[in-house]
Amino acid sequence: MNELRARHAMGSPVTGEALVARDGFSARYDLDRARGTFSRATHQLAGQSYVGRILVLDTAKGGVASAWMLHEMASRGVAPLALVFNSVNPILVQGAAFGDITLLAGFDGDITSLVPNGARLALDPSRRLLRMVEK
Amino acid sequence: MRLSEEERGILAGRLGPVPRLALEHQVKVGEFFGAEDFVAVTQAHVMADTESLGEAGVRWLEGLAAERQGRRRVRIPTISDPRGTDFAKAAFLGHAPAALSLEERAIAALVKLGVMMTDTCISYQTVQPATLSEHVAFGDTGVVIYSNSVCGARSNFEGGPSALAAGLTGRTPRYGFHLEAQRRATLAVRVDFTPRSLNEWGALGGVIGRLAGNYWAVPLVEGLEASPGSDALKHFGAAMASFGSVALFHLPGVTPEARRRADVAPDPLPQVGVTRADIEALEKSYRKDEAVDVVVFSAPQLSLLELAELAAQCDGRRFAIPLLAVTSPQVKPDADRMGYTAKIEAAGGTVLSGMCFYQSYAREIAEAKGWKRLATNSAKLVNILGGYGYVPMLASMEQCVEAARTGRLE
Repeated sequence: MNELRARHAMGSPVTGEALVARDGFSARYDLDRARGTFSRATHQLAGQSYVGRILVLDTAKGGVASAWMLHEMASRGVAPLALVFNSVNPILVQGAAFGDITLLAGFDGDITSLVPNGARLALDPSRRLLRMVEK
Repeated sequence: MRLSEEERGILAGRLGPVPRLALEHQVKVGEFFGAEDFVAVTQAHVMADTESLGEAGVRWLEGLAAERQGRRRVRIPTISDPRGTDFAKAAFLGHAPAALSLEERAIAALVKLGVMMTDTCISYQTVQPATLSEHVAFGDTGVVIYSNSVCGARSNFEGGPSALAAGLTGRTPRYGFHLEAQRRATLAVRVDFTPRSLNEWGALGGVIGRLAGNYWAVPLVEGLEASPGSDALKHFGAAMASFGSVALFHLPGVTPEARRRADVAPDPLPQVGVTRADIEALEKSYRKDEAVDVVVFSAPQLSLLELAELAAQCDGRRFAIPLLAVTSPQVKPDADRMGYTAKIEAAGGTVLSGMCFYQSYAREIAEAKGWKRLATNSAKLVNILGGYGYVPMLASMEQCVEAARTGRLE
């Protein structure tokens, strides 16, 4: 399966490497935003850098701070390249809109199982399309 | 989205660049969620602490505040969430001058935009609660879940930029919990005990939040004896929102939209059970050490009643480690006047106002003060602080006060 269609999408087309986990996401709860790494010890991606990667995760968690924090991280060049989630909450969408970060959400099937960690992905939000491409 | 003539005019720039920018942002979000139109809102609540905004966010606010063309002030009552410091205690907290300067700049910009600097995450206890069916645009997940569930208001989680946009335009996209269909229960939770303390209410909210799992889930919680008070539901809801991103729950016979189960659950629901063992397991999962560096009561800010109880427990004691109690600028003067602040501080504690611990440079505080092992009665706070490098531990107010005296959590 090389192409997957999302039910919701926003942002610009991007191509990059996937960082995948069946876990949640909150910029406030989970990240060391100074270093650009996952910092919550119990997160499946603890210690890994998210900078410039396409984050493929299950759902948005936690509080409202992500709406500002994605914009702040983007301003310092330590933001994820894009976000691909099974489901999102309004905060992540508002944050992606404000931070100009590409976001796709809602697939037929669990996106964290369908995309292998490290896969190279091309996202086209105007067509709500995720494509796996050769490295 | 279907836009009114006024909205088309705003997008055409008739009110100036600030309302246009705000509405453009709201259209992006509304179209993502398939909103058909906008709904008028009566109040907005903006989360805008500078740890979240950073330099980039503050500059963005300053840019809006400096705009000379058209309208730049909010058009509905718009209040603020806690700030990144308590300026009166900033030296004690080890907050750096650069952080304080950023705070001052953010406050100046928000004031120019017409935001009322209430600096509270318990506005429903201190400023003005929303009412049944009132459409609002609230930030702070604890405020949203309390307002939706206990007050019966209609709000989505509105992050800072979106809540400010709602203040500037007086509306928000009509999706999520502004729609009646979205407010029906999706999951029945049968509880076979009733929590006895605020930490237990928070732990129960956390367990249910994890079970619910995402923003679109609406738990219907049954089996609780008697009606919980406002502080119990505050901790219950704040933890459910924190652990599960949940924005609405129903308690039949307690919350206003669920006078009977059938009001919010006309069809059969998936059912799960929660026992006392589940909340004990959650508390136990955070008990990593017996030694404690600091005790913190925060998240949400303490009500006057919580401060009264804390003051009674601190009375006559002498603490071996720091104890922080964080409240709102509306409650603090009453706590001072009634002698609660004096009792807590005579024991060696510190009462802080207008901030909330995790929103106030918690990582920098840890580095400046050497605090790592933290005891609290807030389930929400333990859920957040792991990512900030703390070892947070959940216990009752009594156990936390005793930990402040001995330096150990028994």
